[in-house]
Formats: sequence, C-alpha cells, structure tokens
Amino acid sequence: MTDLTPILTKFWDAAQSWTLQTYLDNEGYQALDKALGMSQEDLVAMAKDSGLRGRGGAGFPTGMKWGFLPKPDGGPRYLVVNADESEPGTCKDIPLMMAAPHFLIEGVAITSYAIGCNHAFIYVRGEVVHVYRRLQKAVEEAYAAGHLGKNIHGTGFDLDVTVHAGAGAYICGEETALLDSLEGRRGQPRLKPPFPAVAGLYARPTVVNNVESIASVPPILLHGADWFKGMGTEKSSGFGIFSLSGHVTRPGQYEAPLGITLRELIDMAGGMRNGHQLKFWTPGGSSTPIFTAEHLDVPLDFESVAAAGSMLGTRALQIFDETVSVVRAVSRWIDFYAHESCGKCTPCREGTFWLKQIMTRLEHGQGTQGDIDTLLDVCDNILGRSFCALGDGATSPVTSAVQYFREEFETGMHTPWWVAFPPERSVLFDTKETVSV
Amino acid sequence: MVDHSPLHELTPLQASDQPYTAEQLAQLNADSDAIIARYPQKRSALLPMLHLIQSVDGYVTGRGVTFCAEKLELTDAEVSGVATFYTQYKRHPNGEYTVGVCTNTLCAIMGGDAIWESVSEHLGIGHDETTPDGKVTLERIECNAACDYAPVVMANWEFFDNMTPESTNRLVDDLREGAEVRPSRGPNRVCTFKQMSRTLAGFPDGLADQGPGAGPASLEGLKLAHERGWVAPGSANEVGGEHQATEQASGIQQENLPGTTQSSTEGHGTPEAAKGEQND
Repeated sequence: MTDLTPILTKFWDAAQSWTLQTYLDNEGYQALDKALGMSQEDLVAMAKDSGLRGRGGAGFPTGMKWGFLPKPDGGPRYLVVNADESEPGTCKDIPLMMAAPHFLIEGVAITSYAIGCNHAFIYVRGEVVHVYRRLQKAVEEAYAAGHLGKNIHGTGFDLDVTVHAGAGAYICGEETALLDSLEGRRGQPRLKPPFPAVAGLYARPTVVNNVESIASVPPILLHGADWFKGMGTEKSSGFGIFSLSGHVTRPGQYEAPLGITLRELIDMAGGMRNGHQLKFWTPGGSSTPIFTAEHLDVPLDFESVAAAGSMLGTRALQIFDETVSVVRAVSRWIDFYAHESCGKCTPCREGTFWLKQIMTRLEHGQGTQGDIDTLLDVCDNILGRSFCALGDGATSPVTSAVQYFREEFETGMHTPWWVAFPPERSVLFDTKETVSV
Repeated sequence: MVDHSPLHELTPLQASDQPYTAEQLAQLNADSDAIIARYPQKRSALLPMLHLIQSVDGYVTGRGVTFCAEKLELTDAEVSGVATFYTQYKRHPNGEYTVGVCTNTLCAIMGGDAIWESVSEHLGIGHDETTPDGKVTLERIECNAACDYAPVVMANWEFFDNMTPESTNRLVDDLREGAEVRPSRGPNRVCTFKQMSRTLAGFPDGLADQGPGAGPASLEGLKLAHERGWVAPGSANEVGGEHQATEQASGIQQENLPGTTQSSTEGHGTPEAAKGEQND
C-alpha cells in the first residue's frame, strides 16, 4: 500500500493558503536563500541528480533541459512557465496556483538564477481569472518582500517576473506555440530544431517548464536530491499530483509517489461510485491511449505506463464506468481536437476533420462497414506527420478504443450510442429534475 | 441528440466606425503603454491589449484592431489574424456575462450535455448567442481544468463547480436579474465581462484575497493523509507537521473556506448540494 505524500498540497487547507505569510510558515523562500549561495552549475547538477522529469506530460528530465542552454553570450536568456493547463482531464496546476502560488514563484526565482535569466514569464490560460489574480498577487508580495526585483536577498541577482494571460487556445500548451503566442502572434507550433533552449522566446535561449515541475524545485533543493529520489521508482523519481475525476466516489487531487496504482488511488477515492464497475480510463489526459480494468495494477510511472501501451502524461485519471459509451467519449474528444487543431499542418487539420465526420456517423448508428479501417488509416496518416503532438494526441483515443472496444464501433453501424448507453445513467446528479425544465 | 457547432466560426470582425472619445483614447494610450512596458518587445503586448479593447468595447471592434495596430506598428490584418485565433476574443458584442458549459468528454458525460440542453432551451439561445437583454452570452467550452468538480460551468471565467441543470438555470436567471452571484472558487461576486477583461489585461482589481484557497475536491487527498497520519518522508518539519496535521484534520470544515458558505445558500453548484445528488 502506497501512502500519500502531501508536499505541494500540504497546506492547501490553511486559511488564506495563498499568502506569502502562509508560505513562510511552511519553509517558504528558504530554498531560494540556499540556491543563491550555490553556483549555477551545482544547481543544474542538483536538478539532474534528483531525476525530476517534466510534469507537463512529456516527462523530459528537467535538469537536462536547463543544461541544454548554450553558454552565456551576454544577451538575455528566458524562463517561461507553461501554465496553460488545458489537456482534457488535467486539473492539477490550476488548483496548485490558486491555493499555493508561492511554490511556483520561488521555483521561478531559483530556476531563473540557475539558468542565468533576469526576466521570467508565467503564461497562464486566460479562462481562469481567479488564478491569474492569485499569481499577480503572489508576484506583488514577492517583490515587496525582496524575493523578486533588484538585488534579491542582497546577492546582486535581479529578476523580473511577468504574469501573462492567454486568450483561449489549447494549442498554446505546446511549448513553441506558447512562445509564438507570448510574442503576440497566433499560437502555432514551430518546427524543431532549433529547440527553445537555443532559439526560444525572441529567438533567445529559453527554458520552458510546466508549473508543477517548477513548483517542485524548492522542496527538492531544500531537502535534497536523495530525499526526492527516495520517493517514486528508479527512473521516475519523486512525487506528483494525481487528479481523479469522473465516476469515483471522491474525485480530487491526490499527491503521491510515482508508481502508485489506479487500484490504490480508486480505493483512496472511496471506490467507484455506488455499485458501478470501472470500464475505461485515461492515465494522463485525453491524448494518452485509454486503459481498461485490466490495467488497474500498472504502476503509474513513466516506464510502466509506456510498457503497457499508453503514457503517464499529466496523471489526469479520467474514470468512466460501465454506463458510458466509448464511441460517445471518443467522438467528443475528436470534436475537441478538430476544434483546437491550429491548422498549420495538413495531416492534423484535415485528419482531425475527417475523424470527426466518421465518429459522428458512428455516434448516430450510421457507420458503414469500412469505417473502422478508415479511422485507423486516417490515424496512421496523422501520427508523426505534423510539427507538434496535437495530431498524435488525437489518434490515441481512437486507436486505443478500437483496440479494446471494437465491438462498440461495430454497434455504431446500426445503433446510436444513446440507445445502447442511455446518457442519464452516467450523470452525477438526479436526472428527474432535468425532465421538468 | 447533440447539436454540433461548426468547426470554426466564420463571423467576420465587426467594423466600428465611431472613433474613440478623447477621454477613452487617453486612457487606452496610458494603459497600453503600461502593458508594453512589461515586455522586452512590444508585440508581446498584443494579447493583453486585445483584452483591454474588450474591457472598453465589450468585444474586439474594428476601431480596437486599428488602435492596437497603430500602437504596435502592425497592420490591421496582422492584429485581426491574432484576434480571430483565440476563442476569448469576441467578434460581436458580448453579453455582460459569458456563461460557458463544459461539454468536453468528461464533463459532458457527468452531466454537462444535460446542463447544456437545459440552459440553452431555458434561455432560448445557442452557442455564442446572447439573450435579447444583452445580459448572457452562452458558450459550449472546452476543458477548463476543474474535472474533479464535474460538471463545471464558468461565468465570466469564474468556477461554478458540481453543477446541475437546475443550478445552472438559477445561475443565469440570477445573472440576468442583477443579483449578486458568488462562484464556488473565486471572488465574492462575478465581475462583468468588461471588468474581467480589464483584469486579464493585467490591471489588478483587488479581489485576489477573496474566496477559498481550495475547494473540497482539491483537498480530498490531503484530508485522507491527515486522517491516516501520512506525511511526506524526511525533514524535522514534517515530523513537527504531524501534530499540526491531526489538528487540521478535525478543522477542515466549510467555515475554513471563505466563499463557500454564502454560495451554499444561493445554491450555485455547491459541494453540499452536489453530494446529495451524487448517489445515483
């Protein structure tokens, strides 16, 4: 049995949890002091030693990302925090920034110092106004207390932080699209290389990290790389926030070592909702291939989830029980990808459009004999053929759902999903009231 | 069963021939200068400036596009190209309140589709349409990162958690009647679309300290850890924290979360209400 490890979530229940005072009461800004007494090389080495891997989905080693920056040439270098959390199912960064924004601000200060950056940006999606307020307030408090601004902690290190609101576009969570958006353009991905480490914001060396990755830096620095490695598995060290949503008794945020299983997490969440059975779930958002009840004991770390055919992603565990139509779920995700495809690359733009046509047909029970093969063929023509991973993500629910639930796609050739799976059985409220509207 | 909105809305940007007044222009110039000063390169100011335009005009007007273009030395086409890319920028006059029902997969299945059908019928409008009184613009929205509170409704981008068709209809009725409406996790009352747009342009409204730090679902794991005495390994602080943890475990009540108590009386997606309804 794995225990939960409240670290980033530790004081979310404190009154006024978001204030500088609450953070100071919980070891706040001690790590920054420690960092400013260390060399930049040692900080990057510490991040590498800890084994911290990006918490935004891809799982790339954070310290290695910092280490990719070229040697200083006298020009500016930037840290950009990706706070554009919008992968369907993912809901960890938003509550973190609402409840404890100073974890992020301190992490930004430490990381900026480590990579030689004097102006950092936090790109937060625009559809969460109160989170934007909390971030701005936290930055303001940190400036006033001397944790940001000129001559931080008397060390001569200067750092400005700008909190920037996006305006509604899933694609801006892709790091190069985010950079274009931050430069005041349409958020469309760039061809890599060059990678942001070499030519990022304003074509200068840039580190782009996820909120939870950066927020994890202060506790790691304070307690040591070994402390962090003492949690999790050998190659997926440390802790992470697991977000349970859907048909469990107590959906919510559960902070645990990587490697915990869904069986353990569902148990902690009070089991499946009354009398229902697990049917399918996403391990890390809608862009990660779905799993079924046979995967309940897969350790939720990067390697084990990959070995079982999916991706750990953002640990966005969307749980669906036996009342749910797979065709309906997949079709709605495809609507999303078709809507959010930025249109830059043809395979993704056209491919998601055609997936949507076919899925809609199957939803209505009007699919044709060749539709499943056509779906897989379209997926084959999207996967790996565009600048970014949005199109790849769109294929994940389709191919995995056909793999595990092919018979439901076949049902879609004669029966609408709402006949096979009446939707009122899936909703979380008493549906009698809906009739009276 | 479910109406499918077109992939991309094709409404053109509305031109606005009426020039800004001298007073408006002075304020826009001062605010834009403040925004531009935040960035190493001024084009980065474009997104916040478009939020600023919406705070004055209620949507992205033709005159607003021209203002941004002149200020940032871009063409109108370049600014329009950006404005039409992002869903928060509105192409026609927006209501005082944007009400968005999440109909991405998880929320849709948990009840978002039923909420959408009900509220759309209740108001007699569809996606991106506005009530005749100019109060409410209805939208189907994508995942808003609150899946543990599904089904989720946003009003001017404040969270209304664990909603039902009834509580959503009540929410839009209250907004139309001008009643004070308190989000589940947000400030004491929902701001207007124009006020909210000004906040997003980066001008603080002083409301950051209102509302709870976390809602009940965000605290589920922490609550369980307190109950079972689980703490993260290591430091002396963690050992000391254990005592504090037990104290807090008994103290996690709604009273500790400013903002949720009043909302429960108003019944907009309150956790208490949802719990009663959750056992199907």
